[in-house]
Amino acid sequence: MTEKWDVLGHELVPDHKVLSKEETKELLKRFKIGAFQMPRIRSNDPAAMACGAKPGDIVKITRKSPTAGKVLAYRYVIEG
Amino acid sequence: MRIAKMIDRIDFGLMSSDDIRKMSVTKIVTADTYDEDGYPIEGGLMDLRLGVIDPGLRCRTCGAGARDCPGHFGHIEIARPVVNIGYVEDIYDCLRATCRSRTCGRILLSDEKATNIRKEIESQKKEGGRWWEISKKAIRDASAVETCPHCKEKKIKIKFEKPTSFNEGKNRLTPSDVRERLEKIPNDDLLLMGIDPLVARPEWMVLTVVPVPPVTVRPSITIESGVRSEDDMTHKLVDVIRINQRLADNIESGAPHLIVEDLWELLQYHVTTYIDNAVSGVPPARHRSGRVLRTIAQRLRGKEGRFRGNLSGKRVDFSARTVVSPDPNISINEIGLTEYVAKTLTVPVRVTEHNLEDLRNFVRRGPDAYPGANYLMSPDGKRYDLRYADREELANNLEVGYRLERHLKDGDIVLFNRQPSLHRMSIMAHEVKVLPGKTFRLNLSVCPPYNADFDGDEMNVHVPQTEEAQAEARILMKVQEQILSPRFGGPIIGGIQDHITGAYLLTKRDTKLSRDDAQQLLASARMFKDLPKPAGKEDGEEYWTGKQIYSMLFPKDLNLRFKAKICENCASCKKEDCEIDAYVSIKDGELVTGVIDARAMKALDRCEILDRIIKDYGTTAAKDYLDNATKLSIASAMKFGFTTGIDDEDIPTEAIDRINEAIDDAKEKVKKLIEVYNAGELEPLPGRSLHETLEMRIMGVLAESRDTAGSIAEKYLGLTNHAVVMARTGARGSMLNLTQMAACVGQQSVRGERISRGYKGRTLPHFKAGDLGADARGFISSSYKGGLKPLEFFFHAMGGREGLVDTAVRTAQSGYLQRRLINALQDLRVEYDGTVRDDRGYIVQFVYGEDNVDPSRSEGGKSVNVKKILSQIVGD
Ligand SMILES: [Mg+2]
Ligand SMILES: [Zn+2]
Ligand SMILES: [Zn+2]
Ligand SMILES: [Zn+2]
Repeated sequence: MTEKWDVLGHELVPDHKVLSKEETKELLKRFKIGAFQMPRIRSNDPAAMACGAKPGDIVKITRKSPTAGKVLAYRYVIEG
Repeated sequence: MRIAKMIDRIDFGLMSSDDIRKMSVTKIVTADTYDEDGYPIEGGLMDLRLGVIDPGLRCRTCGAGARDCPGHFGHIEIARPVVNIGYVEDIYDCLRATCRSRTCGRILLSDEKATNIRKEIESQKKEGGRWWEISKKAIRDASAVETCPHCKEKKIKIKFEKPTSFNEGKNRLTPSDVRERLEKIPNDDLLLMGIDPLVARPEWMVLTVVPVPPVTVRPSITIESGVRSEDDMTHKLVDVIRINQRLADNIESGAPHLIVEDLWELLQYHVTTYIDNAVSGVPPARHRSGRVLRTIAQRLRGKEGRFRGNLSGKRVDFSARTVVSPDPNISINEIGLTEYVAKTLTVPVRVTEHNLEDLRNFVRRGPDAYPGANYLMSPDGKRYDLRYADREELANNLEVGYRLERHLKDGDIVLFNRQPSLHRMSIMAHEVKVLPGKTFRLNLSVCPPYNADFDGDEMNVHVPQTEEAQAEARILMKVQEQILSPRFGGPIIGGIQDHITGAYLLTKRDTKLSRDDAQQLLASARMFKDLPKPAGKEDGEEYWTGKQIYSMLFPKDLNLRFKAKICENCASCKKEDCEIDAYVSIKDGELVTGVIDARAMKALDRCEILDRIIKDYGTTAAKDYLDNATKLSIASAMKFGFTTGIDDEDIPTEAIDRINEAIDDAKEKVKKLIEVYNAGELEPLPGRSLHETLEMRIMGVLAESRDTAGSIAEKYLGLTNHAVVMARTGARGSMLNLTQMAACVGQQSVRGERISRGYKGRTLPHFKAGDLGADARGFISSSYKGGLKPLEFFFHAMGGREGLVDTAVRTAQSGYLQRRLINALQDLRVEYDGTVRDDRGYIVQFVYGEDNVDPSRSEGGKSVNVKKILSQIVGD
């Protein structure tokens, strides 16, 4: 029971990574948005916890897609 | 009196009693409306200061007549406050989240917690988030607190009893008590509960004044006999005033507490039903006739309400509606309108030096002679009704700068629509073609996108009035621009039914045509081209193959290869040498092998040829191909003759014998299975009970027997049979339909199981209880053509009913689902950077559809078709 389950290791869970300060700035500039205009993820989301995301961070999610091969999505981490 | 004002922003809030009094032009004191002479009583509900509706009278507030007076509010001072039914839930929130002490009234949260929530709200407001949702949690937290953190007052649990009572412990809180409490809540604490004190105070949710809407909102109607009939809202206001008067009198005369209380309750009832006459737990107020009254909330709510009925969906000008019927001779881009419609609907055209002479004649012909015009507008804004004006004079004086509302004529653009408008292709732009008759005519190829047929369907036409709208309609909405569906990237407009059979009959291998026949076919397809070299000579006569004729529709450099619908998916395809000619090969615009069927030209199927033409040669080429191909197909079907009847399902007696044998075998097998089951020797399938196992095995055996019966029948149903031609080419119907008619209908089911309901242990009294045999559980061994036995008929009705109920339920559900989807998605759009965003600029997808591909501009869902490019470059 106490054994920790590696969420990100599961094949159905896409890769989550916290963006650095510079990457965040560059992303917001690229899309010309404020962080609040992005889709969100709760900080208590298992995947967010696993990648060490804190509220205010931006998480980059790299998904596999049957049509596009690899897809990047971003989530703004909120309190939760 | 016209003041142009810009709306900067809109606040939604509540009105205080003072606001209501300030807005009011008069206090309404009497429940009477008109005196004996039919004149409005002063201080009554029809007071002339509230505005006028009778022509001839003048408003005593603004002095205007019935046409110009906008109406003015009045008010009723009620003797005791009552709860506004629209806000009871919010009142409850305010009561349970705040302190009951007369001197406190604060929210039951520590200052520290309150500051945190305030901060959170502040940050959400800045980010444009849903700040008011934070208050839900604040209220939940506060109502769980037992003692006030500010004054240490112990809380007594407040219970809300629907619809309008609040009890604190055992004590009932009157609306006066409630109002008093709400008044105590400080402004700063309101924000935490999601109330903006700048636009709403909670005590305003308890009314002390009832606003009386202007008479223009609740006009009375006079029927010929001179009897006046009042609006439902007026009726309700009369009730409010009457009870209010009685309550006031009783309080005045010092009546017993109980009586006052009862009248107060009654006043609450009337004010409640005045606002909303469909509150659960409140008996709806009725008219004398027993009809339920339609009060404020009922006017706003629902499909016919103000929002969905008058704001989201309005009745419009420049539209027409009638029955639709088919016309295979007009283009898919066209629509047949009747002269009556063309003369009623108009388009405004500007008079220029280029069209001046032409338009003069339109003016001269006027509204009755087609094509004429109905109205003329001079540059100074004067409007001439051409029914009454001196048309000759107007025509002679016509100058550049006038605007003429001229009749619709051939080539004008109109929008055509059939409800339910479920997708983009439910409204398309068509070019007008004025035809005799009384119906709208449409080409058969546009039936699939509209989902139209001609069993009485009606459709709507709308005429865009500005040049911009007309240009947009032509460029974006014209039928030829909508051939490819954005849903699956293939043609949704294409051949249907006889178009497929006709093309098949023309292009199958042994079709040979004399010069006359070939010319005849081309003429009916309006293809005035020279015939190619004849394919050969037979009995000294030149002949052409059907493939040659059909090839004349193709662009010269069309190259395409695919398998036709009739392909039997042989293990190894013989390609060009296929015995049934199912391998379609088009080389340099020449149909070399293969037949044209559903795969080649049917809407909603692969529609390979049309798909290729539209992607490589454009929408106009595709429109031309489709117009001509369908005409050629229909002409072919008529030339070769095509009919179907019940004898198409005839099979020889020996086949019937073999079918019966197969079915009897299966029934025997079922009997054996049941015996094994009853003996307890049946091996259960993994994860299944014994009974489930038996059912599955039986269903398997019976399904197999139906298939066997079907394939026996199919041996006698070859491509010389017209019903089979339709089924195999994909024109209409399936082989299952045919074998059910010819051989055996098969198992009927309810909820995916063999029929088992009805009596205890049996489906009908004709069977022994517990009979699990094929016949007892709804297996139909007869064919439709042979006729069903009475019991089979009964089972068939059971299965059939389930189908009907399913479709009825499904359409209702999917309609609501559709509405919700549209409401959720209507403001989304793809920006130039490829992101999908909503109206606030919030990102929904970072890359449209993950791959940035528009299905209707893709090659089978991909942005490039490697195979096609390769075969183009390498050749073959
Ligand atoms: Mg119909
Ligand atoms: Zn007025
Ligand atoms: Zn307190
Ligand atoms: Zn084949």
